[in-house]
Amino acid sequence: MQSSLSPNHALFEFALFMGDNGLICGHRLSEWTGHGPALEQDIAITNISLDLIGQATSWLNLAGEVEGKGRSADDLAYFRSDRQYRNFLLTEQPNGDWAMTIVRQFLFDCFHFEMLQALLNSQDERVVAIAAKSIKEVVYHLRYNSEWMIRLGDGTVESHRRMQRALKEQWRFLGELYEDQELDQVLAESGISVLPSSLKQAAFSRMRGVLKEATLKEPAAVTDFKGSGRKGIHSEHLGHLLAVMQSVQRAYPGQEW
Amino acid sequence: MPAEGKTIENADLLKAFQERIDRDEKIEPKDWMPDAYRQTLIRQISQHAHSEVIGMLPEGNWIPRAPSLRRKAALIAKVQDEAGHGLYLYSAAETLGIDRETLYQQLLAGKAKYSSIFNYPTLTWADIGAVGWLVDGAAIMNQVMLTRTSYGPYARAMVRICKEESFHQRQGYEILLTLVRGSEEQKAMAQDALDRWWWPSLMMFGPNDAESVHSAQSMAWRIKRKSNDELRQQFVDATVPQAEVLGLQIPDADLKWNEDRGHYDFGEIDWNEFWSVVHGNGPCNRERMAAYQDAHANGAWVREAAMAYAEKRQMRKNETTGKIDLQVA
Repeated sequence: MQSSLSPNHALFEFALFMGDNGLICGHRLSEWTGHGPALEQDIAITNISLDLIGQATSWLNLAGEVEGKGRSADDLAYFRSDRQYRNFLLTEQPNGDWAMTIVRQFLFDCFHFEMLQALLNSQDERVVAIAAKSIKEVVYHLRYNSEWMIRLGDGTVESHRRMQRALKEQWRFLGELYEDQELDQVLAESGISVLPSSLKQAAFSRMRGVLKEATLKEPAAVTDFKGSGRKGIHSEHLGHLLAVMQSVQRAYPGQEW
Repeated sequence: MPAEGKTIENADLLKAFQERIDRDEKIEPKDWMPDAYRQTLIRQISQHAHSEVIGMLPEGNWIPRAPSLRRKAALIAKVQDEAGHGLYLYSAAETLGIDRETLYQQLLAGKAKYSSIFNYPTLTWADIGAVGWLVDGAAIMNQVMLTRTSYGPYARAMVRICKEESFHQRQGYEILLTLVRGSEEQKAMAQDALDRWWWPSLMMFGPNDAESVHSAQSMAWRIKRKSNDELRQQFVDATVPQAEVLGLQIPDADLKWNEDRGHYDFGEIDWNEFWSVVHGNGPCNRERMAAYQDAHANGAWVREAAMAYAEKRQMRKNETTGKIDLQVA
């Protein structure tokens, strides 16, 4: 496929995409602070939140550097609108109950882990550096969320019911994760990244293994509705999230904080 | 005459106990201690633990709106530290023979208290600076003293907590320093935060010594080593110069250096407000308790499921072990 996208612009978009997923997930998880089901889980979930926000900062810094217009990670986080955000719809879904959060994060982790693993072989050493640092953290996220998938799926009747409901609710967002975009072709050809579709088999096989152990049923099928977070067409939730997150910066632009 | 014998024995034990305290020995969980000492510690340590946990709420209020990625991460980490402090303190309380769930239930039932300061609202980003600087600053005064408290597990928990708290205080101060070096609006925001947090911070040390019901016995047992008023004075003396560096005005017309005393004089605390907030009528008492009750209730099915799963696993393990034993037999 012949593309009008330059590899540099594709890398800018890709760094935003990786950064926005981390930032939005990290933000959502930070909303649990002080409200978790037990102090230990409060601490664990905010650890994951901190990892993801840290990773997001690295990706957004890279995006700013690649773009070359002097935008910092903060500029990109606080002064883009929801139409300019590139995260998956999955990541912006509200926390709901603990089951909803765990399922959302688990589905994302399965993608995230495979993607980072692939990025370790990127031709761009900056991408390799961020992936290498991130993957150590994401191995832990995947383990933590897998354990909770199993514990709650195979816990009580009530926890099983809630997990099955959460799975059904969020399964519809999975299509987007493994769908190739035009820019993925450019990234794959220039050796920066890989086609998301190439990650699907490994990710699904991991997901199915955990679902089986958790005694949870895989929802019927990923529907045709795929969502287009990567194109900036989000659910209604992201606008509210950003309105809150960006409120101070937007009210007093151009200040140091 | 077993009853009389018991009394004599208790008097001896009490005397020996007080002598250990007076020699500055640490009391450890398995040592004999008077029941009132145990109960005082449970009350104080659990109140302290509850304060860490409820204290997560006013600061957590600004996590979603923290104005930069660095500030966001730092605030999340800070509030997470408070959760950690809660854990150490609940563990210290558990060494006295009470479990965490019972302590939670006391808080939920309103029988146990937490620091009243957390019943005030965090209204602007500058409040996060003020809470770090003043509230953590006031807490540190108390906590540094408690690193030398007579009960070993409490003293050791405090050593760890103090290290993190002093970092939090610097972080809060640095937020305000950034604001006062910024725009007029940012300076005004910082001043407004100081105006609202100054007096409640002074109230954190509790009633005046003459009014403090638990103080004398706690001092004799060396649970406390400084009085409320001494600690409050120490805090004022340390904080006034810091406010000067910030170029902010402390909202107290009576505040001035007293050459003779070698301390700052300061105005009278509004004790009506103090007692009103203690008794549940502060600006956010109901909101804080409601948030805590919600979290506890919403987490119940999760905790139950985790227990049920752990039991299932154990049972499966036993079944497996049983089979192996059978084969061996």
